[in-house]
Amino acid sequence: MLYLSLLVGLPVAALISLSADSTAWSAVYHDAHTRTVLEFTFAVSLAVAVLNSITGVALAWVLVRDDFPGKRIVNALIDLPFALPTIVAGLVLLTLYGPTKPVGLNVAGTRVGVLFALLFVSLPFVVRAVQPVLLTLEREVEDAAACLGAKQWTIFWRIILPAIRPAALTGATLAFARVMGEFGSVVLISGNIPRTEIASQVIFNDVENGAPAQAAVVGIILLGTALVVFVLLGLLMRRWTRHG
Amino acid sequence: MSIQCQNVSKSFGDFHALQDVTVEIDSGQLTAVLGPSGGGKSTLLRIIAGLETADSGTVLIEGQDVTHVLARDRGIGFVFQHYAAFTHMTVWENVAFGLKIQKTPKEKIRGRVNDLLNLVHLDGLAKRYPSELSGGQRQRMALARALAVEPGLLLLDEPFGALDVKVRQELRDWLRRLHDEVHTTTIFVTHDQEEAMEIADQIIVINAGRVEQAGTPDTLYDRPANQFVMGFLGPVTQLGDRMVRPHDIRVSTQPEAGAQEAVVDRLTSLGFETRIVARPTNNGSPVTVQLTRNQINELNLQVGSRVYLSTYPTAQQVSMPA
Repeated sequence: MLYLSLLVGLPVAALISLSADSTAWSAVYHDAHTRTVLEFTFAVSLAVAVLNSITGVALAWVLVRDDFPGKRIVNALIDLPFALPTIVAGLVLLTLYGPTKPVGLNVAGTRVGVLFALLFVSLPFVVRAVQPVLLTLEREVEDAAACLGAKQWTIFWRIILPAIRPAALTGATLAFARVMGEFGSVVLISGNIPRTEIASQVIFNDVENGAPAQAAVVGIILLGTALVVFVLLGLLMRRWTRHG
Repeated sequence: MSIQCQNVSKSFGDFHALQDVTVEIDSGQLTAVLGPSGGGKSTLLRIIAGLETADSGTVLIEGQDVTHVLARDRGIGFVFQHYAAFTHMTVWENVAFGLKIQKTPKEKIRGRVNDLLNLVHLDGLAKRYPSELSGGQRQRMALARALAVEPGLLLLDEPFGALDVKVRQELRDWLRRLHDEVHTTTIFVTHDQEEAMEIADQIIVINAGRVEQAGTPDTLYDRPANQFVMGFLGPVTQLGDRMVRPHDIRVSTQPEAGAQEAVVDRLTSLGFETRIVARPTNNGSPVTVQLTRNQINELNLQVGSRVYLSTYPTAQQVSMPA
């Protein structure tokens, strides 16, 4: 309990007390730039969550159901974004998709670049959430559906998807919460242009510019959003797993 | 629907699950595929269903070659040992699944599902989820689900294997009655010879990927084709160079022509019957004999008694290889 309080409770309390400043709230509210940044942060986080759900399920499917040479290597590669320090990930992305254009693509300083970076660092969430569920899925259930006349697509849509949906959503939510506050991987590729800034950079700048209360307000907004998303997830999960 | 499997073989890596299997099943029958675990019987069932593809050989349903027809197009009902329930659907939705994806009109689905739930005695549990049912109820749901699309052929893979003894007996009787009502050609896989003998019209004994014998329960019991079938369908013992049933051995305390002299080694009382183990004086392997308690008393048998063993004239026997 004490450990938890020191580690989690106290910092959150400090953040709340730091943000308990109405002038800071109004400053944030009236600052058009901060609002744009927050809007972009939420939009891009949502996009990452959605895209990750799709690609994550596909990747998990291939890793569980298909056999191909080098599968174990690919499987290990999935964790790379977690293992790599985020600033290194940013550097890698900048080198690949930056002004030097080794792959003929320069997304540095664009919102697409930010999306790339965020997709990269959050890749493992959905894959790793869905993989174990797919592994425990009985093949006989699919056989049963096939005998009843279901086509491959129907089986996926009506039988497999409902089974992996809770796991995929959990993974997507984790990814959402994670990328909303991501800093290291984005800071390089976003190129320090206002248009491509995300919330964490605003917090960084606010602190640098001697406005810690405003930084705290932005922090609270991020925290609150994450909290709301997790509560919604919890409610949905209860509905879906009632009969699990 | 009648089924013919011709020269079907199937291997999984180095393991030969089925080797050149040929079987024929008549329309409307309840057939048991009987054999020890790992003998290939489930593989045969899955090949008939189209869930597994034979390496070679052909499968005919109603005379039509369906070897390369997909499972979903074969119109077969399949019931799995571990139920294979759609866990995120209610009992009602499980049973309705096959009809729904065929785009059957709603009213028709409702009528049919209600009829089926009635048939399997689950009418009160339509809104439950599979996790809220007992094993027996889940298996009955699976059966209703398989029957919903009115399959011409019903396949059951060890359908009662995961259930406890009492429920198994109930469902067994119930399956027989259901078959007598519905008359769908039914094949079920089991390793339980009693289950097969009790409810099947026809038994196919499969062992080590080959058909050992096929026939009615009586034929198999009375005229086993070989040692394996005889041993698998009931208790056996060895007298001289013959394999016989323990209740087919005649015990006498007087020497008789052709009888084997032996000494009683052990007497085990099993209620109404008593089993004795006798050691032949010629050092042959011990013989198990099943007698009634009255016979034991009349013969005044005790451990150490000298007896003369022969077989009744009507006894079925299979000669043992030297």
